[in-house]
Amino acid sequence: MYRYDEFDSRFVAERVEQFRHQIARRLSGALTEDQFKPLRLMNGLYLQLHAYMLRVAIPYGTLAGRQLRKLAHIARKYDKGFGHFTTRTNIQFNWIKLVDVPDILAELAEVEMHCIQTSGNCIRNVTADHFAGAADDEIEDPRPLAEIIRQWSSLHPEFVFLARKFKIAVGASPHDRAALQYHDLAVEIVRDADGRVGYKVLAGGGMGRTPTIAQVMREFVEREDILSYLEAVLRVYNQDSRRDNLHKQRIKILVNAIGIEEMRARVAREFDEIKRAGSLQLPPEELARIAAYFAPPAFETLADDMPVGEIDFENWKKSNIHRHRTPGNAIATISLKAIGQIPGDASADQMEGLADLMDAFDLEEIRVSHEQNLVLPHVRQKDLPAIFARLKALDLATPNAGLISDIIACPGLDYCDLANARSIPVAQAIARRFADLERQHDIGELKLKISGCINACGHHHAGHIGILGVDKKGVEYYQLLLGGSGAEDAAIGQIMGPGFGAHEIADAVERVVNLYLKERTAGERFLDTYRRVGMEPFKYIAYQEQMNAAYNG
Amino acid sequence: MPLSALKILTANHLRTGDVLYWQGTRWVETLAQANVFADDAAAETALAKSQKSVTANQVVTPYLFEVRQGKDGLQPIKEREIIRSLGPSVRTDTGKQAEHVQI
Repeated sequence: MYRYDEFDSRFVAERVEQFRHQIARRLSGALTEDQFKPLRLMNGLYLQLHAYMLRVAIPYGTLAGRQLRKLAHIARKYDKGFGHFTTRTNIQFNWIKLVDVPDILAELAEVEMHCIQTSGNCIRNVTADHFAGAADDEIEDPRPLAEIIRQWSSLHPEFVFLARKFKIAVGASPHDRAALQYHDLAVEIVRDADGRVGYKVLAGGGMGRTPTIAQVMREFVEREDILSYLEAVLRVYNQDSRRDNLHKQRIKILVNAIGIEEMRARVAREFDEIKRAGSLQLPPEELARIAAYFAPPAFETLADDMPVGEIDFENWKKSNIHRHRTPGNAIATISLKAIGQIPGDASADQMEGLADLMDAFDLEEIRVSHEQNLVLPHVRQKDLPAIFARLKALDLATPNAGLISDIIACPGLDYCDLANARSIPVAQAIARRFADLERQHDIGELKLKISGCINACGHHHAGHIGILGVDKKGVEYYQLLLGGSGAEDAAIGQIMGPGFGAHEIADAVERVVNLYLKERTAGERFLDTYRRVGMEPFKYIAYQEQMNAAYNG
Repeated sequence: MPLSALKILTANHLRTGDVLYWQGTRWVETLAQANVFADDAAAETALAKSQKSVTANQVVTPYLFEVRQGKDGLQPIKEREIIRSLGPSVRTDTGKQAEHVQI
């Protein structure tokens, strides 16, 4: 794992002290709320419905056991004993007092963590494939580049006050597990025709009010040029984006407005200039130095020999275990979606229990996925039964990864100041409706994602089934979207029609899923069937109850 | 002439972020203790006066919201204010609802 050098430690420590003084000045009245707000946002501190919310950065979703233990401690000491893992692979604490924030930040700094740039109009936490370094289909571990981007973008003087927030992701596999095409800027590690490794750069993706799939800016950027190229994209965005309209400030709007060819031309001009100056080259030795931090553990020489167990264990294996690049090992997904629980929430006891498990099985790191689950990337296959037993004791062994009850849901109106409707109760109701595991496996891969407002923190546009909560004259309604995908076959879900009431939405989802089961051909996922038959049959069946009610008076 | 909606003045505590309501002379933690404004002019006057609490660094972002008289007492009209007055509907062990305060 990456460890802070002297510069990182000093930078974070200084920032803690700086924010401590800013909070003191706010409490004394030396700073008004308007003056303080941008400062607190740059430190990941929001004022939500019930309290302050602190968002802690987890770069590329990677955590050490000692960091997880610290998060458990913070949840217990300063919050109400739990935290919420987000789609940006961060963790949020919902019940924070402003006066406690400096001490929390100091405690985080002890384990090389911080909240810098987890909010505000800046480059946010850089995310990566949560199977990085373990997936059998990746070209190389994407995290060294993600770390280099993190260092380049942390307090970058030119990009601290962008027009809007800016999200970057890095992937390295043909199977996109990082939702690359929904990012403002994405880097995919690729090989060219000669087998050389370089970077494909995409830009202009995003969710929110104007969902957009990213477009390719350049098919192949040389390794040493990547920071120059990213800087060129950011510079064009920073100079040319609109700042006069909140809803038109993301890079996707700029790309759509000027067209991809013009965007490429403007970036190419900046890229040439930056390259000529020669100040932003990425020397191979620096990439190698950072990559060394992410060297895989020394794997034992083992043969593939997947243990066989009772039905619970076999079910867990079926959905939560993925193939590892090294024989005798496996990737284990820890679902934070126990049926009826809050998606993404973990208690202090669970976090601490996981840290203990990591110690017991010599596991150096754990990952947070953008699907609000945790991942143990390097597990010996022979350890799986014992790990499963410990996860079960922690209520963390739900065998539903990738299935319909593995729902992404934002905090919604239960916590969030921006939300229009609740997300979590809808997720809970749908998970309960499909709790039967045999039925879930029969349905197969189905990504269901729920947001409580148009900002789309619950990635509803990218759901095979997406749900968007809206406020209609003070009443919560839910729009259904079908056909979205955040994977390599990225697509924007289409809105079906008028929203459903809170008590109707689970029924509508069930009717849609039942139609899929009836219509599918061999091997078709829900998404495949939708793409083949289109919206109409699903729409007809989803609104059946409403039509019956209308006809029957 | 239509009747004015009943209104309550709310804000968040600067130091803790807690939800607060204006009781007439001070900020209180429960909706049941809040002063209810029956006419818009009085409500707007209270909102304007609440700026004193803002400049005194007690509260942030004061605003008015609508309530109606239900069979169990005052009830906010919008779900957002119901949730603020109680706590998250999905964690009834947290928020004001868990503190057994009379809301």
